[in-house]
Amino acid sequence: MKKIKMLGLGLAAMMICSGVASAASIQVKGSDTIINLVQKQAEVYMQKDSTVKIAVTGGGSGTGIAALVNGKCTIANSSRAINAREMESALANNVSPTRIVIAIDGLSVIVNAANPVTKLTMYQIGGSFRGDIRNWSEVGGSNMPIALYGRQSNSGTYGFFREMVLKGEYSKAMKTMNGSSQIAEGVKADPSGIGYVGVGYTKSAEGVTIVKVAANAASIYESPLDEAAVDSGKYPIARPLYQYVNGALTGSAKEFIAFELSDEGQKIVAEEGFFPITSEYKSANAKAGF
Amino acid sequence: MESGQASHFLLFVDDSYGIMPELMMLKRGKIKENLIEGLFFINGLIVVIILIGIFILLLKNALPGLKEVGVFHFLTTGYWNPDAYDQATYGALAMLMSTLMVTLGSLVIAVPLGIGTAAYLSDVASPKVREIAKPVIEILAGIPSVVLGFLGIVLLGPFLAKVTGTYNGLNAINGAILLAVMALPTIISLSEDALNSVPRSYSEASLGLGANKWQTVTLVKVPAAASGIVAACMLGMGRAIGETMTVLMATGNAAEFPTGFLSSVKTMTSTVAIELGEVAYFTTHFYMLFAVGLILFIITFIINLISDIIFHKHMKMLK
Repeated sequence: MKKIKMLGLGLAAMMICSGVASAASIQVKGSDTIINLVQKQAEVYMQKDSTVKIAVTGGGSGTGIAALVNGKCTIANSSRAINAREMESALANNVSPTRIVIAIDGLSVIVNAANPVTKLTMYQIGGSFRGDIRNWSEVGGSNMPIALYGRQSNSGTYGFFREMVLKGEYSKAMKTMNGSSQIAEGVKADPSGIGYVGVGYTKSAEGVTIVKVAANAASIYESPLDEAAVDSGKYPIARPLYQYVNGALTGSAKEFIAFELSDEGQKIVAEEGFFPITSEYKSANAKAGF
Repeated sequence: MESGQASHFLLFVDDSYGIMPELMMLKRGKIKENLIEGLFFINGLIVVIILIGIFILLLKNALPGLKEVGVFHFLTTGYWNPDAYDQATYGALAMLMSTLMVTLGSLVIAVPLGIGTAAYLSDVASPKVREIAKPVIEILAGIPSVVLGFLGIVLLGPFLAKVTGTYNGLNAINGAILLAVMALPTIISLSEDALNSVPRSYSEASLGLGANKWQTVTLVKVPAAASGIVAACMLGMGRAIGETMTVLMATGNAAEFPTGFLSSVKTMTSTVAIELGEVAYFTTHFYMLFAVGLILFIITFIINLISDIIFHKHMKMLK
């Protein structure tokens, strides 16, 4: 009987503690591309303000937006814009998604370091991932079949890349990996591999080469590591990285977003390999109330 | 006379002999026994209720989707692409093929290895070897599937690429090998139990007739334990079919129809694991994911039912 009483007390204590711990907790869910960046920002912010607990998890942009629509998170990280279907679900659930731009990404195409091909046009990249171009010899490489490494359908990067570069459906032969990290690892191990990751993931990339991309055969080949090219749009696959929240936020969540957009937060963006937001996005954020 | 009747009788009996305490204890004992029996019964009932509940939940959530897409179309169309660029398709055939390929591949590896190991452990191994081998096999059963998936990516993938002369090793055979590792402990333990339950008289008769140990094991004991061994293999198969994390990490998840063991495949379990997190509730995609779950449930249920029937026949036969 005494053991049961002790067990009961222990359980009650645990429940009380967990209740207290989740008192001021902000749930951030979504994009795998953004997760490392936001985790770092959350860490620094929690050191400055120790009353706030921020939990950052992944699952892909689609998962984050779905969580926001279902009321399961406060902030949704997304590397693509919300689509019409998701907007409909949100409005049906009385959620009004507000968009904030927190960083800029030059989506990078990577190939194995041993691959002689280091520059491609948008058409060549799109054709490879659509499955129209199947062999490296067609784009100036050796005679090897092209092995495609991409993300899964819950990924914002998957959606964005398809809209921007493929303008068609992905090849059925593409291996769909669980995250940008796994894509980088896969391309590193595969001499015939090609993949796409957020530029932040190329920061510590060894064994892979970042491909220079040209809008067409007549343009200059630009690198995603070049901030000026990404900001000006000369690098063809640049994109803003978003956070979505429900309506106008108040309290610690709003302060956290203000921190992300501040100079200190943007410095962390640069450290993580992405690019700080430009003035046009700053004014768009201000208009949205952030 | 039963204690129930005794308790009624007690109302009219005078206790000058002091036997009331003993009779009271009998009565209390019977109540306690009934109570505990009742509790166990409720326990067992809860398990059955949970199982039925899961089935009803799957069915309820799969039906709206199946009504829209059509069961025949679902089971015979090749591609599963709910977030397609143009037209969403909900076909389970490629996934079904992929799951069957990795499962059957794993059985081809695990069944001979498992039965051989079981025969070795039950008949040939010395007690000391058996003492070491059995715990090791149990530990194998306890390895988390994530760890095996990780080993598949980091160790087995490059090895397979080198051995088969392809450029990468994230394919069906990678998944099949890892699933074989997961199914082996189940197959070994249960096959060994089946072999041990063959009466000694069988092997003694065989040896008495002049057969050597090898002939006794392969021609007498294994056939006698056949139904138990088949049941063990089916349970191992059930384990392999439902495995999610390992195949998610190690098979490459390509949506195409598998063209051979060296192609990347996407199993049913991987599909559900990848997509259930991002799907908006109560859309066609949501219902169809439950339909995939329903197929998995039905397959596993049938496998377990068959193996159960076979096992009971085996036990009956040996008695």
